[in-house]
Order: sequence, then structure tokens, then C-alpha cells
Amino acid sequence: MIYLDHAATTPMHPEVWDAMQPFALDVFGNSSGVHAVSRQAKNALEESRERVASLIGAQPLEIVFTSGGTESDNLALKGVAWNTSSRNGVVTVTTEHEAVLETVSLLRRFDDPTAMVEVDADGFVDSDDILEAVTETTGVVSVMLVNNETGLVQDLPAIARAIKHRFPEVLVHTDAVQAFVSKDLNVSQLGVDMMTITGHKFGGPKGAGILFVREGTALEPVLHGGGQELGRRSGTHDVASVVGLSTAMELADRDRNRFNEEVGQARDEFEKMVLDGVEAAVVNTPSHNRSTHHFNVRFPGVRNESLLMRLDQAGVAASAGSACQSGAATVSHVLEGMGLTADEARESVRFSFGWTSTLGEARDAASIVGDLVGQLR
Amino acid sequence: MKALVAMSGGVDSSVAAALMKDAGHDVIGVTLKLWAGPNGEAPTAGCCTVSDAEDARRVAAELEIPYYVFDYTDDFKDGVVDRFIHDYASGQTPNPCIECNRTVKFDRLLNRLDEFGCEILVTGHHARVQEIDGVPALMRGTDAAKDQSYVLSMLTSAELGRVRFPVGELTKKQVRRIAASMGMRSAHKPESMDICFVGQGDYRGFLRQNAPEVFTPGRIVDTHGDDLGAHDGIVGFTVGQRRGLGVAVGEPRFVVRIDSDSSTVVVGDRDDLEVTGVELRQITWANGHRGDGLVTAQFRAHGEPVAAALEGSCLTFVDAQHAVSPGQTVAFYHDDRVLGGALISRTIL
Repeated sequence: MIYLDHAATTPMHPEVWDAMQPFALDVFGNSSGVHAVSRQAKNALEESRERVASLIGAQPLEIVFTSGGTESDNLALKGVAWNTSSRNGVVTVTTEHEAVLETVSLLRRFDDPTAMVEVDADGFVDSDDILEAVTETTGVVSVMLVNNETGLVQDLPAIARAIKHRFPEVLVHTDAVQAFVSKDLNVSQLGVDMMTITGHKFGGPKGAGILFVREGTALEPVLHGGGQELGRRSGTHDVASVVGLSTAMELADRDRNRFNEEVGQARDEFEKMVLDGVEAAVVNTPSHNRSTHHFNVRFPGVRNESLLMRLDQAGVAASAGSACQSGAATVSHVLEGMGLTADEARESVRFSFGWTSTLGEARDAASIVGDLVGQLR
Repeated sequence: MKALVAMSGGVDSSVAAALMKDAGHDVIGVTLKLWAGPNGEAPTAGCCTVSDAEDARRVAAELEIPYYVFDYTDDFKDGVVDRFIHDYASGQTPNPCIECNRTVKFDRLLNRLDEFGCEILVTGHHARVQEIDGVPALMRGTDAAKDQSYVLSMLTSAELGRVRFPVGELTKKQVRRIAASMGMRSAHKPESMDICFVGQGDYRGFLRQNAPEVFTPGRIVDTHGDDLGAHDGIVGFTVGQRRGLGVAVGEPRFVVRIDSDSSTVVVGDRDDLEVTGVELRQITWANGHRGDGLVTAQFRAHGEPVAAALEGSCLTFVDAQHAVSPGQTVAFYHDDRVLGGALISRTIL
């Protein structure tokens, strides 16, 4: 199999698995306990917190461990919507991940003031449009750093600066789930108050992520209970997963230069071969401000579900960018948000590369794609 | 052969997939996602719920066949749901399951079999395909009580040549036994009786919620034209309906006619429901040539076939029939063989 769906998830790095195992087997203690085996678990947890914090330029206690990207996005937005301040509204962008959009949709149903900002044909959001949407009730603006479907990179530092300049009291959150693998993220340089990262996008375990929460940020928790994570997220810690997450973040950080060079080269070669080999293929993202590993392309006249099915039969794993619970390729709200018609969105396929991708795989996959698109036309 | 099996998650299509796999075919399972509510939620009743798709996925995994879910919600909305609303708004009684077969399941999947790299389409319908004089013909299913040939009567022999109904050779009991012996969790699932997008509520509630604009108030009159009361929309009525007329009269009253132009509902007694014939549209003949003359016609999925004479688009019954209404499908039979199908455009008193 040639796996080109790394934006969905990645295979776990063997070193991560090795690091996790002791905490699943021997060091099984509840990190809140009072005995030795729990202290060992707690130590591993806090050590992970320090490692994670130092990788993104944060303080250890600004890191909240969660079950992943979806929970972190929920906590960031609901946490502000439900806190005691008078600013509870959410402003976000039409091309965000469902974890943000569906949370906003829930908040709207409960009469929280929310606003959606549109993007241009390339997928960029204009900070002036965001400023226009912010009102005296807005508590948080959420803008994704790297789009999960197209790989488009927003100019987040400029957007955050513009917001803070006009509305210093408004919080800025970013879903950086797709970004960490290829970008050295520093919360101060980005200018964000909250940031979502999840481990399984770069060789870590599924079900483990973080929300960076700048010190002093008032958040109502989403999960109430035993008061773990300074009360911001209750529930017994999955220490093995947390250790896996912090290990994966370190590995990704160490591997980042190679990733951007070699994986980027594989993606570029794949893209070039596909665009050369398939007539009328259209890239759905501009060539500038695009992540290293995404390639979202439209093959006019070819329904993506047919192509994805044939690719699967031929041993190439790709996706249509967004999939519903049942696994059906649905019309992408990201591409529709960029102005593509439903039919055009249904002709679009996302290929995403990752830490295991090779140039050889890219070449093999590109020729399979060319053959299949030819057959389907 | 390379076979695409449309799997609903129910016992029939699950067993159909298993039988094809057993017979040595190269099988791919697909479930069609057809409907989502205003917030994207899947239906909770009928034949295309999320849990049904999960059941289908489990069966496909057990059979070790590739499995996919295709999103046909746009086609379903255009071809089935909007049509359903339009038909009720014009005083007809639509059958959305037949429209779904016609415009989505068979049309879309057959047209795209090549794209999927498949040669035949397989479903779990209780019907059979038999070669007669070298031409594929649609036959009633072996289990008379479960026969679904009526809802497939629009299929042409060219289409039938690329379709297989493996459970049509079996009784429902045999199907359930096979499913149970394979440990399928759908083996004892009750049959879906609801319209998938309407759910367990009634269709009027669905229309009120999704197409309030089609409710035009009008009058209820008797067959002499005497006014009996008001109604808030003809879409709330269907020919043959007895309950919920909202008019107080002594003897049993039925909706006998609906005039969409004047938004009038006509009620009468049982005898007024009698029709001597119907006018047809969208007539399809399985093997292409017309079947004028004396035919056997069936109006409901499990209705008794009746004798009638067909001339052009006009079908005249040998004996007058009750409660036949525009929008319904007519299937033509010769013994167990389906000759063709049509839709009723209007009834003749």
C-alpha cells in the first residue's frame, strides 16, 4: 500500500511505541494517587508537560492534555463561551475543521453570539473581514493555521496582531493540528492565546493532544470531575498516551528539516507528475503559502468517490478531504467555501504525505493516478 | 465476475453479498448515503440510517470484501424527496422507494458500474432475473409474500442483464437462516417499513416541516359539490384516506379525489372510490416492445393483480377498482414475469 492520507492520520513511530509501553504495563498508576507507582506516572506526566511546553515556547502549566484535536477545539471555544466574562461570542472562518464549525453551530443554537468569516478563492481570510465581524460580545477568534484539506497556510501572526491591536481583550485560538509536523510553532511569535495540537498527525498515538492556554485565560472546562489539569480538564490521565505524544512531538521537531526537504520533495514530484500526466488537472491551493505535505487536486469529469475506490483497489490510500461518520466522501465545505461548485468539489481529491513517504512511492502513486484518471474519463 | 453489491445493512442485501462471494465472484460492497437532516443528521428509521451502514460495514468485514459508502444525498434530494413533495402538492400519491430505485439506486449505480470497475450490480431484492428467449426477464421472487418485483418494474432487459438478485431464489426464512448461520448481526433485524427520510413520524409532519409552502388552504366538498368544511392543504390528504378528514358526517367517508388546481378535496362513500381505468405516463417495457391488449396489472407492492385492457396510455379495468390514485405505480405481469411498469397520471371514473 502507498499511504497518501497522512493528513487524516499517520502510522505511529516505533520510538513512540517503545516510550509508551512501560506506562501501559509497569507504571500503570493513577497520576493523582499518593503511592510510588502513581508518583512515577505523575512524574512522567509532568516531564512530558515540560517537554511539550518547551517545544512551542510555552510554560508547562499552560499545557492542557486532552484526548486530541477535537476536544482541544471544543475546550477552547466552549471554554470561552461558558466562562463568566461578558465576552462569550466566537468568530471563526467558514473553512475551519468540523471540530470548530460544529462547536460553533452548537453555541449558536444556544444563542451564543457567533459569526462566520468567508475566505477568498484561494482560501485566505482577510484580517479586515475578521475585525469587522468582531463585536463587543466577541470573546475568541479561531483561525486554523494550516487547512486540513488544502494545506493552505493562513498568515496567522498578522491576523493575530491585527486582532490584538484593535481588540486586546479578544482571545485568539488556532487549530494547528496540521501545522506542527512541518512548522516550528512558537505561541508568542504566532501571537495566540490558545493553540490545538494532536499527536497522531506526526507519528504519535491517537487520542492524545494538547490545548495550549496562555496563563490567565479564563476557561470553563468542558469535562467536569476530579479536577485534573488544574481543573481545566477532568479525567484520569492516559499517561502512556501523553508520553507518546510528547515523544512524537520531540521526534517531529528533530525530524522537521528532513521532513520539509525529503517529504516536500516527494510531494512536489508527485504534484509535478500528476499535473504533467493528467490533462486539465487543477490544483485547489495556490503554490505559495501551502504546507509541505498537502496536495488537493481536481480532475474535471472524474467523481472523487470513483477515483478513491479505484485507488484503494490499486493500493493507493487517499481521501476526499472530509469524510462523514459513515465514511462517505461528502462535498467539501472547504472547497465550497473557496467558491468551488458542489460538482467541482466532488471532483477533488486530497493526497497528503507524511514521515514515511518516499520519492519512489510518490512516483509510483502518480503513475497509478494518471492511469486511473485516464480510465475513468 | 466483478460485482458491486448495494448493501443497506439489512439481512437481504447482507446475504446477497455473502452468496455472491460464495459463488466465487469478486465482490465490492457499497452503502448509499441518501439523506441527511437539516443539521446533517442521518435518519433513525428506514433503510439508510448510520447504524444500518455500520451493520453493512460489519458484514463486509466478515466477508473480507472492500466496502465503501457513497454520498448520493444530492441525487436523492432532487430525484426522490423534491419529487415526493411535488407529487403530494399536486394531489398524487407517490412511492418514494420506487423513485429511489428508478433515479438513484439503479440509474446511478448501473450508469457508473464501469467507473467502479464492476460488471454487475447486485441488490437484496426478492425478485429473479431469468433468460427467456435469450433475453433477461424480471420474475417474481420465490417467496410470494416477500416478492418485490413490483418496485423493480421500471427496469429494462438491458439493465436486467447487468443485475443480479441472489436472494430472490430464496424464501425470507431461508435468508434469515443463512444470516444466522453466518453470525450476522442483521439476521434478526426487523424489516424497515418506514420511508427513510420521513422516519417514524407521518409524512404530513415531514411536509409541514420541510415544505410548508405547499400547504394551500382549501375546501372539502362532497361529490355533489356541497361544502363540508376547510382544510389547510391538499398535501395532507391521499385518495382512499378515511381518517382525519376533519369533517363530521354520519357514514364512513373517504377522500375520492383531489383537485390540486382549486385546492379542493372531494369526499364520498366507498362506491365513489371506484375507478374504471387510469391514464399512464412513463411507461417502460422490459424488452422494448409494447404490450397493448389484455394485461395483468398490479397497483401495490403486494396487491392482487387484476385484468385490464391497455390501449396507448389508457388502461381500462375489466372490473372497476377501488382506491387507485395518481402517482401510484402500475406493474404489468404475465404469470410471474414482469413485462413493464408505468405511473398513473390520472384516474378515469
